[in-house]
Amino acid sequence: MIGAAALAALPALPLHEAGKYVAGAYVVVFALVLVYVAIMALRLSRIERELGELLESSESRPAAPVDAERAGSTLR
Amino acid sequence: MYGKRLRPLSIATIAAMALALALVFFYAPLDAEQGFLQKIFYVHVPLAIAALGGFVLGAVLAIAHLRTRDPRWDMRSYVAIHMSLIFAVGALITGSIWAKGSWGHWWVWNEPTLVSFLIVFLLYATYQPLRFAIEDPERQARYASVFAVTAGAFVPMNFIAVRLSTAYLHPRVLGSTSNLPGPMALTFVVSLLAIVLLYATLCTYELTAKHTRAQVRALRRRVLGETPEQEGRRPRSAAPTTAPGAAIGAEAAGRAL
Repeated sequence: MIGAAALAALPALPLHEAGKYVAGAYVVVFALVLVYVAIMALRLSRIERELGELLESSESRPAAPVDAERAGSTLR
Repeated sequence: MYGKRLRPLSIATIAAMALALALVFFYAPLDAEQGFLQKIFYVHVPLAIAALGGFVLGAVLAIAHLRTRDPRWDMRSYVAIHMSLIFAVGALITGSIWAKGSWGHWWVWNEPTLVSFLIVFLLYATYQPLRFAIEDPERQARYASVFAVTAGAFVPMNFIAVRLSTAYLHPRVLGSTSNLPGPMALTFVVSLLAIVLLYATLCTYELTAKHTRAQVRALRRRVLGETPEQEGRRPRSAAPTTAPGAAIGAEAAGRAL
């Protein structure tokens, strides 16, 4: 309701013939940024997957000898 | 490392973009000659300026790399040029759309501004294949820096050459902005600021992603015990990487970027 009233209060844009070109130019820039963000999202998901794999493998590996020795010394 | 700057940069970019769009469509008056079509000017020209400025920035960062041999400068130079190429694609497409609306043609070959910008773009389009063609990371970084400096010097030379040429079909922007009415000039400056902020934000995103990736690789070497040879079997990349034999460790990888 408020949004519609605000839109009605805004001055009308003279779109006619040039409107499609102006819209096209701004859509191109928006699309470029959107594609870039999508690529970044893919990269982020790959890093997340790699970190998950590393976490899994570090949990499945036995404790390193140094850590075991240290643990032993604290028990003594 | 780079991530700290992301939040304030992103907020500033969104705010500047919103303000610029509002000014473009609801504040700046219509141009007497071109009418509504002139609104493309507020996105096309800042994109072109950011792209050309980014190419020169890439050259400056490459000089820093050649002087110090610090791979961080190579990475920054690479990201600056990579992002400038994307912005140049935007400038070329929006320029073509404007040309179609204004002149009735998507491209005019006898217009020096258009053709010179295309030449600069094509020159930089060879930057990534050049990097990809060189396997040794150190040599790749050195050759890429030399290319960036040479091509970066070409950008202002090209700009001056076009200024000195006689054909003036393409509207002049720099040097004639003083002729713009106040609201148009203000809108243009805000649009330029918004696009420059977008450039800085996307560069920071890219650097943060590359830095994180290097840290994950270093962690992989530490946790899985991957050797530099195994690391070397990874697919070749045009993007700068930490040298396979370099100091291992997340901190070392972080420092290398």
